[in-house]
Amino acid sequence: MELLRLRNLTVQYPDTQQPAVSSLSFSIDRGESVGLVGESGSGKTQTALAIMGLLPANAHYSGSICIDNQELLGASVAELNRVRPGRVAMVFQDPQASLNPYVSIGDQLRRILLEHRFCPSAEARSRTLHMLGRVGLPDPERQYRSYPHQLSGGMRQRVMMGAALLGDPDLLIADEPTTALDVTVQAQILALLGALREETGAALLLITHDLGVIAHHCQRTIVMDHGRALEDRTTHELFAAPSSEKMQQLLHAAPCISRDCDTLATPAGAPVVLEIDAVAVSFDERRGGASRTLNAVRPFSLALRTGETIAIVGESGSGKTSLARAVVGLNATTQGTVSFQGSRLAATVSARSRAHHRDLQMVFQDPLASLNPAMRVADIVEEPLRVHAEATDRRDQVVAESLRRVGISEAFFDRFPHELSGGQAQRVAIARALILNPKVLICDEAVAALDGTVQEEILALLREEQQRSGLAIIFITHDLAVVRQISHRVVVMYMGRAVETAPCEQLFRRPKHPYTKALLDAVPQPDPTIRQAVTPLVGEIGSIISPPDGCPFNPRCELAIKICSETLPPLSGNGAGLVACHRAEELDLTY
Amino acid sequence: MRILGAIPTLLLVIAVAFLMVRAAPGGPFDSERALPPDVEQNIEKAYHLDEPLPAQFVRYLAGIAVGDFGPSFRYRDYTVSEIIRQAFPLSMRLGAMAMLLALIVGVSAGMAAALHKNSMLDRLISAVAMLGISVPIFVVAPLMVLVFAVSLDWLPASYAGSAGADRLIMPIIALALPQIAYIARLTRASMIEIMASDFVRTARAQGLRTASIIRYHAIKPAMLPLLSYMGPAIAAVLTGSIVVEQVFGIPGVGQFFISGALNRDYTLVLGITVFYAVIVIVLNLVVDLLYGFLDPRIRSR
Repeated sequence: MELLRLRNLTVQYPDTQQPAVSSLSFSIDRGESVGLVGESGSGKTQTALAIMGLLPANAHYSGSICIDNQELLGASVAELNRVRPGRVAMVFQDPQASLNPYVSIGDQLRRILLEHRFCPSAEARSRTLHMLGRVGLPDPERQYRSYPHQLSGGMRQRVMMGAALLGDPDLLIADEPTTALDVTVQAQILALLGALREETGAALLLITHDLGVIAHHCQRTIVMDHGRALEDRTTHELFAAPSSEKMQQLLHAAPCISRDCDTLATPAGAPVVLEIDAVAVSFDERRGGASRTLNAVRPFSLALRTGETIAIVGESGSGKTSLARAVVGLNATTQGTVSFQGSRLAATVSARSRAHHRDLQMVFQDPLASLNPAMRVADIVEEPLRVHAEATDRRDQVVAESLRRVGISEAFFDRFPHELSGGQAQRVAIARALILNPKVLICDEAVAALDGTVQEEILALLREEQQRSGLAIIFITHDLAVVRQISHRVVVMYMGRAVETAPCEQLFRRPKHPYTKALLDAVPQPDPTIRQAVTPLVGEIGSIISPPDGCPFNPRCELAIKICSETLPPLSGNGAGLVACHRAEELDLTY
Repeated sequence: MRILGAIPTLLLVIAVAFLMVRAAPGGPFDSERALPPDVEQNIEKAYHLDEPLPAQFVRYLAGIAVGDFGPSFRYRDYTVSEIIRQAFPLSMRLGAMAMLLALIVGVSAGMAAALHKNSMLDRLISAVAMLGISVPIFVVAPLMVLVFAVSLDWLPASYAGSAGADRLIMPIIALALPQIAYIARLTRASMIEIMASDFVRTARAQGLRTASIIRYHAIKPAMLPLLSYMGPAIAAVLTGSIVVEQVFGIPGVGQFFISGALNRDYTLVLGITVFYAVIVIVLNLVVDLLYGFLDPRIRSR
């Protein structure tokens, strides 16, 4: 039975040539789960906003959107409010921004019930509490009184799902519901979404750029590009034989952690260029009168060789960014030393010598935020040369050369950062980092904000640069698929500690730490034929303010035994990998 | 903690005011006819003006610490504290009424403009607000007198010349006008920002009527910038009232401040300055505390 039908939906904004959505037609049956996939700017979100009646005032639209033969496109607010959220509800991408920071969780949800008279006002509170429990929030009474900032990202998205389901909708639209979340939390939220859908029989329109998510949660998939639908087929058929070139591209660029990739050989016998020796980072936090110490990074050691890439992976809160910043000197180390080519580096960047600045460079996560918006591309890349008084007579030439090497053509040299795409901006940031020919490059989530195909291009660029110049790279990421594509060795961090380090291939084939295995299990595979672990890792990363006794991972570990909650396992091992797990020897984990 | 933090600010204000009053040419007892030197000496001695400046400052601070602003140099039989006590209630009434009017009209106009962004109404409100900000009180007030008192004869031209309640209407409006303009602009900007936020979009997706969205989601965050503005607004109304009281002949603190300044009545000018400084600092403190209470993200810190 048909529930939603779009006919020739076109959405156009003034001052743009191409419509955001162009003659889009598709339908969704009752109880069906449909994926909408495409890169950023392909019109996915615009489609969702059109269905919800949320297009901005300056959008021009035409066509038709019907739910049970009721026209939604162009309907009045009063008409729309009879449909949302009782028939159609939506979960947005960023749960932090989507919740009102000034209103308690309970009041935000209760308001929906009261507004639509979904229940007598006396029951609103208990209905809300019940819903908070249904979406898997522990201690609903407490969450009811909480404000959004007191909840973790995963919990906030659970709240958003609860809010969407209060009206018991026939169709749930989820727009990148897990993009802002860690991979283990993503697995939890997607499992919850599946369970709730089964329970309520609601249809699902899942919007995502992640083919892995689509492969396992949607019966049918629509591929969008430049506002048009390229394919609309069952997910199995689509993945087995994509007919459009775009889908083939997307599939090719999709993160692959189980399929074979070109593996990188560790450079043998290369000299150690950067040595991190027992570095720890802690912050003092004052709360009221009492001050306490947050141990972001526990003593951590690592040796990086010329031409080598070491990936540091972990969920948010694992301390990976604090470590990277400490290595570059952006925040001071509390103990331990960082040595570059055998000479000890000062703790902060301002105390380091010019030469060390040049040798250690960093690329940040958000390329637009890390480029000065008032400077032109060529000036941005030239700046390090000016600061270091280098190549005074042929600067333009050096700048042009290094921009061309990262794939930025002459036409872009005079542009400002906001005139670049995300991928181009990150290329510029990389050119700026590489122009002084550093020995070590530290990339902090450098491709996290980019689309799959662009990600792949940037990673290829870094690999090329490494082969050309012997650059050593520390690559901080939460994305295991990226790790696989770029690194020789991997360090897995959990609550400020390294829990496993291993050569890349070994880590993916034979993870030794249960946490590593859980991370691998949580990555959705872009292949609907692979059966994935159904029980995602429970809970969320603990608080570094009060870490658990023993192994930091033990409260979430299915394999924990008595000793795990008593003593901290040391990082030890023989051969190529090290692991901090009491049961590493006896367990035989494979992926 | 916050209250202790205000003390250095206050000390600085007192010190600067103390020095600036002394820096003005002439003295409190200068007049057309020069006094005999021995009389002048006696007077200076009586008011401790013969002591070195630092000693005078310390003496003054010691007095303030026990709430004594010293005697007025001109109003011979009054202390500064007595003058303030007599004049302040009237000034406070004027200021409070003006502030209230500014809030009611400013917030309403700002909200109306924000909710009908880019409409004729919005443009009209924005244009009038711009005018209100750019035309100073000392231009508006006499113009009002000219139009409403002299030409139309609707309202009394001065406070002193009338006994009716309507003698405060023009002063209140004159004092409120620039504040109405500022508040309307501020409300408009913050309301537009909040209504474009993701959480308001979520509330729309949840089918909340615009009225409910404003009431339950938007009004509080939209009003917070206004709360921060209350500190500067109060300071502006206090200084504005000095002009308005002068124009309309209202015997409030402002009148005494101006006559004190003209007469080099050191203690009176200083006393009023310090008194107003205390009011501004205290109200700013209250605003800060209130802000912390209203924003849950600050509250839980």
